[in-house]
Amino acid sequence: MLVDDIAHVRAGDKGDTLILALRAREEGGFARLRDAVTPERVARHFGDALTGPVELREVPALGALVLVLPGALGGGVTGSPTLDGHGKTLGYHLLAMPIDDPAG
Amino acid sequence: MVTGPEVTPGGTPTLRLGAGAGYAGDRVDPAVDLARRGRLDHLVFECLGERTIAAAHARRAGSADATAGIDPLWARRVRAVLAPCRAAGTRIVSNAGAADPPAAADVTRAVARELGLAGVRVAAVTGDDVLAAVRRADPVVWETGRKLSEHPETLVAANAYLGAEPIVTALAEGADVVVTGRVADPALYLGPLVHAFGWSLTGDPGLLGRGTAVGHLLECAGQLTGGYFADPVTKPVPRLAELGFPYADVAPDGSAVLGKLAGTGGLLDVATATEQLLYEVGDPSAYVTPDVVADFSSVHLEQDGPDRVRVGGASGSERPGSLKVTLGFREGWEGEGQISYAGPRALERARLAADVVVSRLDRVHGIGADDVHVEYVGAGAAFRGLAGPGEPLEVRVRVVARTPDPETAEAVGWEVESLYTNGPAGGGGARRGAREVVAVRSCLLDRRDVRPEVSVREA
Repeated sequence: MLVDDIAHVRAGDKGDTLILALRAREEGGFARLRDAVTPERVARHFGDALTGPVELREVPALGALVLVLPGALGGGVTGSPTLDGHGKTLGYHLLAMPIDDPAG
Repeated sequence: MVTGPEVTPGGTPTLRLGAGAGYAGDRVDPAVDLARRGRLDHLVFECLGERTIAAAHARRAGSADATAGIDPLWARRVRAVLAPCRAAGTRIVSNAGAADPPAAADVTRAVARELGLAGVRVAAVTGDDVLAAVRRADPVVWETGRKLSEHPETLVAANAYLGAEPIVTALAEGADVVVTGRVADPALYLGPLVHAFGWSLTGDPGLLGRGTAVGHLLECAGQLTGGYFADPVTKPVPRLAELGFPYADVAPDGSAVLGKLAGTGGLLDVATATEQLLYEVGDPSAYVTPDVVADFSSVHLEQDGPDRVRVGGASGSERPGSLKVTLGFREGWEGEGQISYAGPRALERARLAADVVVSRLDRVHGIGADDVHVEYVGAGAAFRGLAGPGEPLEVRVRVVARTPDPETAEAVGWEVESLYTNGPAGGGGARRGAREVVAVRSCLLDRRDVRPEVSVREA
């Protein structure tokens, strides 16, 4: 299973920091999302690019998690030569993160 | 014809704010539709990204054109919406002034006269340019951790994020069009609310928090109505090509109903609104703006009919004593070249191509390998090489290098292009370019060192 099976994503940037908002696909799916996506797992998934710990904030009222990934954009939209300096595409990298399948 | 205020079922007058643009290059036609059919009180154009203003300053510095420092699409936007806005009594607010709000006001007045709309009152908001003040204050730059004076690069721009106050002043002075430079995006929407409902900018932070939530939801225009949301499998959006921009009917208590025009494409529901509410918000319980520290963590969103969402429940706490400042530094030039390889051994040939370019940039043009960045588009570049590529059908090599001058920058694309006849087999579709780099960083400045000014003149 992937995060993609249980959540939707929106990516945003602030300077060098990537901000990913995950929203549970199903109503009532927040608890499952919270269990599956931890800062440690996200940090491992994004690897060496990060310059600090991943911060996670829960927004249960909206069934959502906000993840803040410092340094993920390697200089940000004006500091990085990377094609997608904003990191708009990187939300779908989080959706591709494997998670445990409760069924098995 | 001037329309009266909308009225909620409870009989309270509401203010209707329309989103005319969500970024500098945004479409024009959705705003025209809103201007014609939306019965708006205000039409707001957000046209100034974090880096856009620094780029505008750099452009202005190197140009004899009096409009070089403003949003390049501004004249076109005004020409398209001003007549229907006048007919409907809709006032316009925008940060399209970029590096030069007085020039944007001049352009607005010129377009008004050209359209036979003499008498339009246009306000220019200035005071966000704090180049002299940051040099005096010498604050620590966030990204580097060093004082501003310790940066050898040329500082070309320093713009403080202003709040809603100068917009409120301009509207109170009867402005039909307000053009600003750097203003916090939600403040473009908060200004009309504060003006219309008589809210105090130093009063109830709950009201300012709710107004800021509405502004934040609208500020990216189409991102609230299905843009940047659509996924044909998991999140289908009807008629995406005809995406309509949103508006909000805001009540005096700051609660609102979000909507879009009948007949437009797109989707406005709790899901699209949730995603936009959290967009670029690192801490939903403390969204810092010049006017309020807004708390979105208890916002409730509720479907109120097709493409209608009710929003309320935001709160806030007192505004910060310091304002965020965007700094723009000239950091030389950047050259770029791209070329494609496809079919068997595409990635191997792409890697050989990059090796050739990196070697020649060093040996022939004096650009060291450390200043060169190579991506293999189609083989995991978007994910920064974090995902295994498998065997790609095609790969696009992209080489970028920072250089001190434009001539050296041109060499980068040149070396990629000359792979046609000198590089690996089957290289096609080469493209090249070069541009000046204005790097953007941030710092804080005491609010008391920033003095917004408003100047209103008639066309």
